[in-house]
Amino acid sequence: MNALNEICYLIASLTFIVGLRMMGNPKTARKGNLVAAGGMFLAILGTILFHQGPVKPIIYILIGIALVVGTVIGWYTAKKVAMTKMPELVSLFNGMGGACAALISLVEYPNLSGHSFGLIPVLAGLIIGSVSFSGSIIAFLKLNGTMNKAIRLPAYNVLNTAMMMIILVLGILAVAIPNFNSTPLVYGLLLLSLVYGIMFVIPIGGADMPVVISLLNSFTGLAAAFGGFLYDNKAMLTGGILVGSAGTLLTVIMCKAMNRSLSSVIFGAFGAKAEGVSGSASGGVVKDIQVSDLAVLMNYSKKVIIVPGYGLAVAQAQHVIHEIELLLESRGVEVKYAIHPVAGRMPGHMNVLLAESNVDYAKLSEMEEINPEFSSTDVVLVVGANDVVNPAAKTDPSSPIYGMPILDVENATHIVVNKRSMNAGYAGIDNELFFNTKTSMLFGDAKSVLTALVNELKSL
Amino acid sequence: MEQILIFIEQHIEMFYFVILSVFVGVEVIGHVPAVLHTPLMSGANAIHGVVIVGAIHVMLNLQASNYILLILGTLAVLLGTLNVVGGFVVTDRMLEMFKKKN
Repeated sequence: MNALNEICYLIASLTFIVGLRMMGNPKTARKGNLVAAGGMFLAILGTILFHQGPVKPIIYILIGIALVVGTVIGWYTAKKVAMTKMPELVSLFNGMGGACAALISLVEYPNLSGHSFGLIPVLAGLIIGSVSFSGSIIAFLKLNGTMNKAIRLPAYNVLNTAMMMIILVLGILAVAIPNFNSTPLVYGLLLLSLVYGIMFVIPIGGADMPVVISLLNSFTGLAAAFGGFLYDNKAMLTGGILVGSAGTLLTVIMCKAMNRSLSSVIFGAFGAKAEGVSGSASGGVVKDIQVSDLAVLMNYSKKVIIVPGYGLAVAQAQHVIHEIELLLESRGVEVKYAIHPVAGRMPGHMNVLLAESNVDYAKLSEMEEINPEFSSTDVVLVVGANDVVNPAAKTDPSSPIYGMPILDVENATHIVVNKRSMNAGYAGIDNELFFNTKTSMLFGDAKSVLTALVNELKSL
Repeated sequence: MEQILIFIEQHIEMFYFVILSVFVGVEVIGHVPAVLHTPLMSGANAIHGVVIVGAIHVMLNLQASNYILLILGTLAVLLGTLNVVGGFVVTDRMLEMFKKKN
């Protein structure tokens, strides 16, 4: 470690803090990200340029290849992927970071075998990194739709806790008894941690995945911080801990937005048990509406609120909805968007998607702000959203989403719900709103139905 | 017992670091509007990619003769790069959209 290298790390640490801070404000967010990225570049450059001691050329070549290949693949994937797939991608990249931390520990272990306390960061990095890796991959598969159902082994809570205890005890023994730690033990720990990561995420329902990803994100931060401990590297330490604590707080904030505690996300049942339970209870008559009637209805309204959900994004209908908004505005109709905190697949995800299609930032209203306005609204158009407008969250204590704050759409004069079919939403539960006398259903793919609506509006 | 004390003494500076960083992290995120949660998570995700510095460090100190460790180390650098580059680029793409209007 020489002075120049340390200065690089100092600047990098500073950029991480400042960058993260700037990312907390819509105006400076993008610059903040670039600031942090610049710091990261400096830290990587400094590590390579100012390294002291002999290094074989082959090692430089290998590092160079890895950097170039990683940059090309990372850049390409990040640029190409659809905005709707963002959460999956974040999960995947997070898993890569975890795997990186675990691999560092594997490579570093032979230098430290026989040590006692010096082994703590190595083992901690290994365990946390592996859990984060395998957990993120499962989260990725779940968001991807490859692995749809929450899989629950009998007594999975007991099983998981037992497995965690075994990992902890083995880790503590390896630290406390220098002769106990050995290469097979380290690989055993790796395997156990990987399995634990899978078992940790597999029972959790898809609706809770954002929380899980945020949690695993802070795990990887922690793993990086242990790397900082290992090498006495301040940039890794600041970056890692910063993400660890910020990530944990973010996880808690997300839980609050869904009115769920972190422990109920991890240990509780969500989405799996409810299917079919309330199906018959709410069975009533569903009314549907034609696109032409809806066009007339909206055209002569004073105020329309659009409630977008993930279905809108999946159908890639965010541009069409913006067109509808502009058309209505040109006819003197007031249009707003009501964004539930967990609309989409992650908090803020829907905002990103709508921003992509140029919807004015000022038109996006958060839940608390918009809820009182529904009573003075003529038409609410719910597109591809379901659980966030389900009155069961308020009225049915047996519902798995009971207690989650929802958008009070039922206060509006007319409610129009666009859905592809009568299938249950992401949480797998029925929605009484569809049977409300004020509700009309607009069946069909969001994009084609809304495009038809645009045409009808234009012809009016 | 003595070992624990020595360990703490040797790393005391680090402990201060950890404590202060925890508070900075909480403070920095504290009052962020829900709109920015996803980009922020993504940005934080990119920042923990700093773990790549450790991977490069490990590689630079390896013997060129141990092929298994060389492969693992190279893989670590590769995955770390994916985390960093992918993380920052994806975050930039998300945030790009907020800028257009104002």
